[in-house]
Amino acid sequence: MIGQLTKNERQIALIILLALAVCGLAMAVAGREDPFGAHGTLVILAALAGIFFVIAGYYLPEPSEERHYHYYDDPTKAGIVLAMGWAVIGLFVGDWVAWLFVFPEFNFDAGWSSFGRIRPVHTTAVIFGFGGNALIATSLHVLQRTSRARLPDQLSPWFVLLGYNLFCVVSVTGYMMGITQSKEYAEPEWYADIWLVIVWVTYFVIYLRTLARRKEPHIYVANWYYMAFILVVAVLHIVNNLAVPVSLGHAKSYSSFSGVQDAMTQWWYGHNAVAFFLTAGFLGMMYYYLPKRADRPIFSYRMSIISFWGITFLYMWAGSHHLHYTALPHWVQTLGMTFSVMLLVPSWASAANALLTLNGAWDKVRDDATLRFMMVAAVFYGLSTFEGSFLAVRPVNSLSHYTDWTVGHVHAGALGWVALITFGAIYASVPWLWKRESMYSARLVEVHFWFAVAGTIIYVFAMWNSGIIQGLMWRTYNENGTLAYSFVDSLVAMRPYYIARAIGGLFFLIGAVVGSYNIWMTIRTASRKTSETIAERPDPVIAGTPVLQPGE
Amino acid sequence: MFGLHYRLERKAIGLMLAIIGVASIGGIVEIVPLFTIRQTVEDVPDMRLYTPLELAGRNIYIREGCYACHSQMIRTLRDEVERYGPYSLAVESKYDHPMLWGSKRTGPDLARIGGKYSDEWHVAHLNNPRQVVAQSVMPAYRWLAGTALRSDDLGLHLKALRRVGVPYSDEMIANAQSDAYGQAAPETPFAEGVVKRYGQATNVRDFDGVRDVLTEMDALVAYLQILGRLTDAAHKPVAALER
Repeated sequence: MIGQLTKNERQIALIILLALAVCGLAMAVAGREDPFGAHGTLVILAALAGIFFVIAGYYLPEPSEERHYHYYDDPTKAGIVLAMGWAVIGLFVGDWVAWLFVFPEFNFDAGWSSFGRIRPVHTTAVIFGFGGNALIATSLHVLQRTSRARLPDQLSPWFVLLGYNLFCVVSVTGYMMGITQSKEYAEPEWYADIWLVIVWVTYFVIYLRTLARRKEPHIYVANWYYMAFILVVAVLHIVNNLAVPVSLGHAKSYSSFSGVQDAMTQWWYGHNAVAFFLTAGFLGMMYYYLPKRADRPIFSYRMSIISFWGITFLYMWAGSHHLHYTALPHWVQTLGMTFSVMLLVPSWASAANALLTLNGAWDKVRDDATLRFMMVAAVFYGLSTFEGSFLAVRPVNSLSHYTDWTVGHVHAGALGWVALITFGAIYASVPWLWKRESMYSARLVEVHFWFAVAGTIIYVFAMWNSGIIQGLMWRTYNENGTLAYSFVDSLVAMRPYYIARAIGGLFFLIGAVVGSYNIWMTIRTASRKTSETIAERPDPVIAGTPVLQPGE
Repeated sequence: MFGLHYRLERKAIGLMLAIIGVASIGGIVEIVPLFTIRQTVEDVPDMRLYTPLELAGRNIYIREGCYACHSQMIRTLRDEVERYGPYSLAVESKYDHPMLWGSKRTGPDLARIGGKYSDEWHVAHLNNPRQVVAQSVMPAYRWLAGTALRSDDLGLHLKALRRVGVPYSDEMIANAQSDAYGQAAPETPFAEGVVKRYGQATNVRDFDGVRDVLTEMDALVAYLQILGRLTDAAHKPVAALER
């Protein structure tokens, strides 16, 4: 890896790592009486490992000028391996958390492993660890192919990938030590947030610099989505995480917002983390790998435009549907509900565009589990966006809110859509990146597919049942006009569904382990050839996209 | 329209600016007015501040992720009001940085739990929930009672909160540590200071039943016992608030 960096880049890498080590040292000293100090130590260790690694390869020969004729895919390869690693960790912790609903003492009686601390470990590991790494890896792959340009340099993609993973490790270890802001999906504290901003800006700069050197006049649809993902997540992250730390030696900070304003800001963030992290980024993935794998052009260019701008505009209004019937002013709730219903149009336009792209390639969907992953993902995307609009309607929300129905909805999207499209994209790109004819075992891809689909369906059905039963029990009155059930009654009724949910999660985890094994074996048995050159011919996906004539 | 887009998608910077512009509108329209429209948060003169001990308890509540299973927001629905008490008002979380409204009820809502059970009940429940409620799936928090509360930096916590708008006085900040101790030690001279600074309605007692040592259990129980009791605005008829 160091051999691919130029001398200049190796020197800059050393400077960055030294600066990081100094920051870690300052954190460790200032926070010696706080968990903050432990994170300082972690940062020092990470920086020292990096310095060691760079020095060990410092005198390797420089890469030749010939590299400019090839794409730079090593960060993508590393990102895919990291994504699968986080998937296994995140799904394992998720299933452990699920079993805690059945056996609450299954946590070793220790602070670090209690439910409230490992639940965010699960959400962060799957959303940011698995999802984030998959997005970074695939976006760099897609960006180069659709621009027909190599990444601008060798160092910045590594900085983004490894810096991002440092953020994930700091976040996850922090929760176990009790460091959290409590804002859902924005739990990491102020110093991790600042670090992520630095990484994220670098990520977008890579995008702009590569696009500036593109040989393709048009920016392909997938890149619109990846750009929206990077830009809007940056805006959301910065605003929602504005906070004042207790001191420069404390991990703890206090949010700048309070009460109702904080609730609205948080759910504006929270819902759009779903929109721009878990939807826009993965739509970018879908718009490249699905037509590529099916060998069909995107069904409709105009539908892509309508759904892209619809999603970018409408989603940002929808967050207040998380706060129906609360102390949030009624007018904001109404706006949130209205825009959530309207969102169905661009969401279904995207799902339909994906499924109609498969017209003429349905025989491949039947035979090829990789393409089937992506097809089923598009179906789940359509289903869960419909469910989302439905749940955002105020009277429906009065039943579903605070229940497991919400949890089921999130997992229909996260397992059925996000994870399946990612597995599809990874299975499509691994043989391509590592120069193989196909995956190590097509049978195992098939096995993974059925475990993943079965697990998702078991999970979602269990949570639909438990959520609706819960919601109904809470509002049932007896003939005397008093509430019929105590809270504990509703909890007892949930037990069979909690067991079913944990089993569904286990299926999904087994699938991911099988997938990781298959990917690992594909890499290990790879026959190494020279890397793909930057073709003079446009990528067939772009070439096939019906593009309007100017003036039309 | 599509012709315009045909040109836009050839410009990276143009596309970037368009995305930021289009995506900003929703948040600006929905969030900014919440700071400017006065009626968003009710005006309540009797709203009290968290004492340093209650604040420390709140931070333990956050640290342990209690919000993942317990909401603190009673909605304006008949069954919720009958089950948990008067629906929550915006003013009740006015000093909550951040708010802990929650999104999931694996356990019941806690917005009005303060004063509903005794301190002994809370201590027993936190030590082993299944001893009190046999079917509970809540984790046990046995280590809280044995862990001394870190209180030397509470002044800094109050100071940080003042910077984001909570009206703690210099005196409160200077006495934060002794106030935390005094609130759980009613027979010591420090106890008077807490009442003087935070009001007569402040709970001053030995929350965990273990004298002399200030534990995390003291802090968490002190916090739970104040939930829903910082103001009684929610118990008054709506007309009284609007006046």
